[in-house]
This record gives sequence, structure tokens and C-alpha cells, in this order.
Amino acid sequence: MLFGLNILLYFVIIPVLMLLGLFLCQKDNMKQIRTVAVVGSTALVALSVYLLVDYLALRAAGETAQMLYTDSWSWFGPLNINLAIGVDGISVAMILLSAIIVFAGSFASWKINPLPKDFFLWLILLSTGVFGFFISIDLFTMFMFYEVALIPMYLLIGLWGTGRKEYSAMKLTLMLMGGSAFLMLGLIGIYFHSAAEGGQLTWNIVEIAQNHAIPHNWQLFLFPMTFVGFGVLGAMFPFHTWSPDGHASAPTAVSMLHAGVLMKLGGYGCFRVSMYLMPEAANELAWIFLILTGISVVYGAFSACVQTDLKYINAYSSVSHCGLVLFAILMLNTTAMTGAIMQMLSHGLMTALFFALIGMIYGRTHTRDIREMGGLMKIMPFLAVCYVIAGMASLGLPGLSGFVAEMTIFVGSFQHTDTFHRVFTIVACCSIVITAVYILRVVGKLLFGPVQDEHHLHLTDATWWERFSAITLIVCVAAIGCYPNFFSDLIKFTFNPEFFTVLGFIN
Amino acid sequence: MDITMPLMILAIPLCMFLLLGLFGNKMSHKVAGWLGTLGMGTALVLAYTTAFNYFFSGSELFVNAAGERLQYAVFDYTWLEFTENLVIKLGFLLDPISAMMLVVITTISFMVHLYSLGYMHGEKGFQRYYAFLSLFSFSMLGLVVATNIFQMYIFWELVGASSYLLIGFYYTKPSAVSASKKAFIVTRFADLGFLIGILILSFYSKTFDFVTMTSDPTGVFASTTGAMFMGGSVLTWGLVLIFMGGMGKSAMMPLHIWLPDAMEGPTPVSALIHAATMVVAGVFLVARMFPVYICQESALEIVTVVGALTALYAAIVACTQVDIKRVLAFSTISQIAFMVVSLGVARPEFHEGLGYMASMFHLFTHAMFKALLFLGAGALIHAVHSNDYTSMGGLRKYMPITHITFLIGCLAIAGIPPFAGFFSKDEILTAAFNNSPLWGTWMTVVAGLTAFYMFRLYYRIFWWNNPDYGHHTPHDGPWTMSLPLIILAAVSCVAGFIPFGEFVTWNREVYHIHLNWTVATTSIVVAVCAIALATVMYRKENAIPTKMKNAMKGLWTAAYNRFYFDELYIFITHKIIFNLVSRPIAWFDRHIIDGTMDSFATMTNYASEKIKGLQSGSVQQYVWFYLLGALLLAGVMIVCVI
Repeated sequence: MLFGLNILLYFVIIPVLMLLGLFLCQKDNMKQIRTVAVVGSTALVALSVYLLVDYLALRAAGETAQMLYTDSWSWFGPLNINLAIGVDGISVAMILLSAIIVFAGSFASWKINPLPKDFFLWLILLSTGVFGFFISIDLFTMFMFYEVALIPMYLLIGLWGTGRKEYSAMKLTLMLMGGSAFLMLGLIGIYFHSAAEGGQLTWNIVEIAQNHAIPHNWQLFLFPMTFVGFGVLGAMFPFHTWSPDGHASAPTAVSMLHAGVLMKLGGYGCFRVSMYLMPEAANELAWIFLILTGISVVYGAFSACVQTDLKYINAYSSVSHCGLVLFAILMLNTTAMTGAIMQMLSHGLMTALFFALIGMIYGRTHTRDIREMGGLMKIMPFLAVCYVIAGMASLGLPGLSGFVAEMTIFVGSFQHTDTFHRVFTIVACCSIVITAVYILRVVGKLLFGPVQDEHHLHLTDATWWERFSAITLIVCVAAIGCYPNFFSDLIKFTFNPEFFTVLGFIN
Repeated sequence: MDITMPLMILAIPLCMFLLLGLFGNKMSHKVAGWLGTLGMGTALVLAYTTAFNYFFSGSELFVNAAGERLQYAVFDYTWLEFTENLVIKLGFLLDPISAMMLVVITTISFMVHLYSLGYMHGEKGFQRYYAFLSLFSFSMLGLVVATNIFQMYIFWELVGASSYLLIGFYYTKPSAVSASKKAFIVTRFADLGFLIGILILSFYSKTFDFVTMTSDPTGVFASTTGAMFMGGSVLTWGLVLIFMGGMGKSAMMPLHIWLPDAMEGPTPVSALIHAATMVVAGVFLVARMFPVYICQESALEIVTVVGALTALYAAIVACTQVDIKRVLAFSTISQIAFMVVSLGVARPEFHEGLGYMASMFHLFTHAMFKALLFLGAGALIHAVHSNDYTSMGGLRKYMPITHITFLIGCLAIAGIPPFAGFFSKDEILTAAFNNSPLWGTWMTVVAGLTAFYMFRLYYRIFWWNNPDYGHHTPHDGPWTMSLPLIILAAVSCVAGFIPFGEFVTWNREVYHIHLNWTVATTSIVVAVCAIALATVMYRKENAIPTKMKNAMKGLWTAAYNRFYFDELYIFITHKIIFNLVSRPIAWFDRHIIDGTMDSFATMTNYASEKIKGLQSGSVQQYVWFYLLGALLLAGVMIVCVI
């Protein structure tokens, strides 16, 4: 409780207040717009840190319920739709991630042009959806927030994007809407089997899991529906093609938010809905999706090796890294799943950093083609050093976040004794080499070597807001990498005994 | 035991890295350089004290009543918990080999710090250079004191990254950039094997901890019995994959290709990383896991074969190179292969695992004299501004200090008594002969080649002819450069007399070294003959080398081109990985997968184009459709009724 209201509600209230504040701003008054964005996003970061501390204190005090801060308000009685909220360690981690990226994203769009007011309105609406998604435990509310997060993307890319922006915006929105269609079918299916014969049907995740009433044959139908539905957003092969075009066309902050947070909605949803509610089907059908995600991991990495556009490289790299998230979730054991969530955190921060830096570089050189750039280390050392750090995080250098996440996943996955899982684990391990290839290729071409274009010589290094945005993200990446056990414990605690009785079969 | 001192050994270089990395550009070159050097000096004093305490204090923490040295974890913090048993800890393990490595690393690192004050004087990015050196020292120290295999992997990656940064120090130079990239990717590939090896071993042993794994390997790995994979036992696979990681870092064939290119980095860096410390990490890794390796002789045999092939290969290539740093690089590969072979042939039943002791002994002496040779090469390059020996000659008159110290280094590596290399190499040869006459003879031949190519280099630099150096007469470097040379030369003279068996043996019990005179005499004779041959061929400018070259044209060309390994790799990476895998995948993605997605959109458009014609607004058309529909329905009803 905070000022008499459930603390989680503030995660929706603050963005809504920000929206109101933005409405009141003058159209092109950057000062007012920035003030609203910075104050609001700082408040969100502060609040999410407070939530983290408070959550840990509650757990330390012996709180063992699956979800904490639970609350429910009836929304539409006849269908038992509620605004039900609650969080566990995973959602707390995701909320923290979202807050940090919204914060860094606000600084990265310091000079957005044109229509700054409208840009921030849509961006904040998007983050309202994201926060709402992470705090709700009612499937219907969750789905609603999910859509709230997706739709603004169309306008953000279509209006403020670059390149083939209309095409990309349309493609991204349509593909994700296609996913939503599957998802909606799945969610409605779950609702109608959410309780045993004669029981009160419910949308509440915790109750559905406790009832554990979805018949086996329905699980086999609903699991792929929801997994693919969320998987589209998680860039699962072969539904990932919106990602390269979408990211390439999106403006900086949108790329950051989209790769950093929105793609996490996919992984989180797969975990929270598909795996958690339909464990038997998950166990039975995991192999199909393991093959697909295993392909994602290697395929994305190989595709990234030959791209020449910086954003394409990172979009394919995201396909590879997010593939690893779903891959680990499907391994169905505590270690690998913990690794999956850590990978979400790590990938979120790291990719946001990447896209922020690419945006800053693009803002100066007006090209993203690595063949047209070179030797930037000499011209903009700060940005270049940050880029190297981001690259090192991406290729899994110990001390940065990528390493701990990947290692947790690999060690967890290898605990399976059968050849199928082992072989796929080793295939996934191969990605660490391919990642090194494409990261070093870019770093070597873009930052090192002689200066390619002499027009670049007069370019300036990062401004203070750009530095602030990059440093915030680097500090977070290093924090996870240096002190991983804190995050690992936060996440792992969620897999308490109760959780496993639901899943039944996993260790 | 007080943990402050061990902790400081690691913390000081790390703090120096952060300090110089973050605030270096606010400092002058002098401040940054001396700050780094003094930091390393402090770490050196602390490391010496720690090693001295370990070996000589006689505390019951370090040695038991029977005189057996113990492994003692000074501290061990939990860093990341995977499962209850599989926990990554960050700790500090004191045992004979880690104490020895602490001494080696801090000594060489300090010498290099000091030397660089002169060598790198006035270079752009001087502070960055010192920051990276500190980062490297920190990672290397963390690697050798690792208490568990995952900690070692962590620092293993970190030394790889600092090596990458230092090789690419001159980042505007394309060759340096591609060399650093190559080094990282090749070792990364090897690390993939290491990682999978760790996964396999830890799965069966349920632990990452070295002490648990090595104290009772048969018990810990009992669950692997009978588990086979592709004709080898799972344990063998695990150990071979771990050794693959070592092959990458220690530049064993066929993963050696990055090391010669790594010479693009500043020369003191080559001395520190690519001669004395990082490249022996693979040897150290096998030594660390040695008790497990002796449970699987097949794994040790693979280690021996890889080492022996590499030793011969690198020695032959070293005879043909003209770049002095490349000669030294191939010499390093060959010498590390000596250590690898020595571990491979070691068996507990031969003189209580003599090979293990010999390998560690050679690691120690080699670090000293190879660092000396590299630093000497640095002084030469500094004076002549070229890496090629063709632009040198007759330098003994101009650079006396460099000359004498370089000569001592050459004598040490050639195995002439009483210099350090003689003693350690003799132990290795003895161990090899003990195992099988084949390996003994093989390594003796390689030892002869070593003496030959080193003196070929020596004579070409310091004798041969007297080229005209013009008004720019070469001279010895400043004292910061000469002092490390003198110190290392002195160490190379006396290090052989250290009774190494008293300190380092595989089972940590005391072993008394005794020279095997048959082997020793043979190796001295071989070395002296090789040196004599080199003297005849290279002391004065003459035509013999050219004649020899022409007589063995095919072999010489192949060796000069390093037996085309680089071409093979370029073929594999560019032609196969890029052109046959990556490009088709990228094309497939854009055209097939994305094409399918786009075609859904096109089909939808097409269908609506077609259907929209139905809404024509023409009443006559609607009436026609109405009639047709009605008739159709009537038809259906009639069929149903009948």
C-alpha cells in the first residue's frame, strides 16, 4: 500500500498522469514535454525500485503466496472479467526493466522531431500497456493491455520512422495482430475450461492454475495457440520477419522500447500463460517448439553475420537472443527458466543500449550502412566505447549481463539426460561463437580501422543527455553481470514448491 | 589465514583498470604510467609474500605432517547459484601451481609495466594501454587462483577479451584490427569446446569445484562408467573438449593461427600475454585437472599427439620466418607444445609423474626467458623501426645490453647448461623417453631445431653484415627498458637451479630432481651441433642459406607460408561459413520466409480486388444473382427431398 492505494496501480496511474500532462503541454514546447517525460519516467524508476525492495522485504518476512500485492475489482460481472493485479519475482524484474528503458528512452528522444508532443503521447500510451500487462493476472485485462501496447507501434513507426516506414509499420502491426488472433482464441478457450464442470469460470491466472481443469485434448489445442500467439512477439522462427523491418524503420526510442520491453511481453506471456496454465501440453509439445526456437537461435545469428545495416544486424541478433529465451522456457526446469528470465532482462537492457547508440550514430552520420562508415572510435570515442561494451555484453563477456544469462540457460538445459535436449543445447551453445563473429565484424568495421568518410571527421561526440541514457543502461548491464545472484534469487523464488505442484512433472 | 592480502592481489589491478579506464584521459602519461606500474609493483610484493608464506611458512594450512602440500581456498564467495550443487564461486585457491603462477604473472607483468614506460613513451592512448594491461593482469591472476572450473572459464573469457583489446591497440591499423578479431574468434571457438566440456563434466560430477573433482576423480566421476558417445567414453569426451579450450588459448595446432597474427599488438604486450602468461593458460588448465586426466589415458594420449605435432610444426615454420616477432611467436608455440607433451606423457608410475613437474618447471623458466627475448625484440624494433631481420645486422656493437641479454635468452631456450631452459627441457625429455622412445626422440629433434632457429635469428640480428643505419644509429633503450632485460636475464641464468620438485609435483609431495645424464648429454650434443650449424650458416653474410633454401624449395615455401593453415581458415570462414551458410540463410529469410508473409498480404489484396467487383451497384446484376441464387437453393431442396 502506498498512499492508500495498491502500489501496483501506480504503474498505470503514473503513465496516465503523464498522458494528461502531455495533453496540457504546448504543441512544440520541448521544455514542457521533456519535463513531463523525465519527471514521469523518473517516478516510474523510483517506484519500481521501491517495489523491488518492498517485495524482497515481504519475501524475507516469510510471505509465500505465489503472487503478492494481489487485488481485484470486478469489471464485467457476467463474464467474470476483473481488473486483477498481482506480481511475483518475474513481474517485478520485468517492471524494473520497463521502467529503466522508458527512462533511458525519454533521454534518447530528447530532440525528437517533428511533433514531439504526439510522439511522447504514443510512447507513453505504449508503456501504459506494457506496465498494465506486467501487473495484471487476469487473462482478459492482460490481453487488453497487450493490445494497448501494440497498436501505438503502428503510428510511432509510420510517422516518425525512417526508410520504408509505412510498409514496415503495416507489416509489423499485421503480423503481431495475426499473433493476437491466435492468442485471443487461445485465451477464450482457456476461459471456457478454466474450472471443473459446474465451477465458476474465471480469467484469473492463479485460480486457473489451481483449478488445473483444462482437459488434455484441449490443452493440446490451446497450448500451440497461445504459444505461437505470444511467440510472434517473441520473434520465434518463422514468425520473426516483422522484426528486422520493424526495427530498421522505427525511431530510436521506439526501437529501444520495442526490442527492450515489447519483445519481452512475448516471452513473459509464453511463460505465464502457455507453460504455467497448460503444463502437460507443454511437456508433450515442447519438442516442436524447441526445434523452432533452436533454429531461431542459430539462424538469427547466421543471418546477422552478413547484414550491412546496423539495425538489421541487431534485429537478427535479437531474433537469436530472444530465441534463446523461449528455448530456455521450454526446457522446463528451474535453472533454465531462471536463465530465460535473466536473458530477457539482459537482452532488454543490452538491445536498448544498442538501438540507442545506433540512433545516436545514425543521427550524426545519416547512414546505418557499415560499409559507408569506419574509424568512428577516433571521431566519437564515447559512443564507440559504449558500442564496444554493448557488443561485449552481447557476445557474453563475463561481468556483463549476457554471460550470466546464457550460462544459466546452458547449464540448466544440459541437465536433461536425453540426446535430443543435449544436442539442441550444444547447437544453442554454438551461438556464442557466431555472435562473436558478427559483433566483432561490426565493431571492427564501424569503430576501428581508418576513417572511411572524411565528412565524418567534423562530427561531434555524444551530448549530455545521450551520455546519460547510455550510461544508465551500461550501469544496469554491468550490475546484472557483476552481481547476478541477486537477480537469480529474485526470479528463482518464484518457482516455489506451489508452482511446481501445478507443473507437476518438473524438478 | 588473513584474506586481505590475497584479495588485494586481485583488487589492485582491477582498481587500476577502473581508475585508468575511467579517468585516464584526465591524467598525464607519466602519472598514468607510474600509477599502473606502482600498482603492479604492490601486487608483486603481495604475491611474493603470499607464495613465500605458502611454500616456506610450514603452517598446517599449507602442509600436512607427512610433508604433502595442501590445497587451501583462502576465500570462496558464492557468485551465482544454478542448482544446489552447481554453484559458481569466486575464490582464491592456494596450491603449488597457483602460488607459482602468481609469482610468474606478477613478475612478468611488472617487468612489462616498467618496460612499457620507455617503449610506449609518447604513444597516443598511453593511459588506455596501461588500463588494459591492468585488466589483463587482473584476469590472469583470477584465472590461476580459480577454485572452480567455472571461475576459470569466467577469467578465461576475460583474458581473451583483454588480449583482444591489446592486440587491437593500434586500432586505426587494419591489420591489427583483423588480427585481434581473429584471435578472439579462434579462441572463442575453442572456448565453445571448453564450455561443453564443463557442461559434461559438471553434469556427471555434480560440482564445479576443482578440489572435489581432483581429490577423488574415480569416485566423483563414477556415474560416467559405461556412458559412451561416438566410440569414446563420456569422460574422455569431456576432457578432450576441455583440452580444446586449452588448445585455443595455448595455440596448439590446428587452433594456433591466431598467435602469429597477434604480434600486431605492441611488443611488450606480446611478451606478457602471447609469450609468458596467457598462452600457457591451456597448459595450466590441463595441469589443474591432471588427476582427472590420468583416469583417462586416452585423453592424455590425444594431448601428447597434439603437443608433439605442434612442437615439430612450429619449429619448422620458425626456421623460415623473417619477422623477428613471428619467429618468436612460432618458437612460443613450439615451447608451449613441449609443456603440453610433457603433461601428456606424465604418468604417476614414471618417477611419480615427472612430466607434470617438468611441464610446470618449463612453464616457469620459459616465461622468464621468452619474456626476455620478446622485450629484447622490442628494444630492437624500437631502435631499428622494423620487424624484419633483413633490415638488421651487426647490432652487437650498437646495442650491447640488448645483445648480451638476448644471447642469454637464446642460450636458455636452446638448452645449454647452466641456463634455465636446459634443466627444464632435460626433465621434459626424460619424461618423454620414459613414456616411449618415439616421443623422446621426437622431442629431442625439436629441441635441436629450437637451438638452430634461435641462433639463426641471433646471428642475423647481431652479426651477419653491417648495413648502413645512416645518421640514425641504433642504441639501447632508456633504463626503464634495459632494467627489465637485465633482471630477466639474471633470472634466466639462475632459475634452472631452483629445486622445482620440492615445490611442484602432481600429488604435491616432495620429489627430488636428479639429472638423467644420458638424456642430458644427448640434448646438449644436439643443441651444440645445431648452434654450430647456425654459426656456419649465419655468422657472416654468405650464400649458404640461399643455396639451402633453393635445395629444399618445396618444403621451404610451404613452411614459409605456414603450411597454408591461414588459407585453409580463410577458405572455411569466407567461402563456407559466409558464402555457403550465412548468405543463403539471409537470402532464404528475406525471400522465402518473408516472401511467404508478404504473399499473405498480396493474396488478401488480390482476393478483395476480385470480390469488390460484386458490389457494382447495378440493379440488373443484383437481380441476376438473386435469380441464380434462388434457382440454386430450389435445386438443392429438390435434391434433398428426393
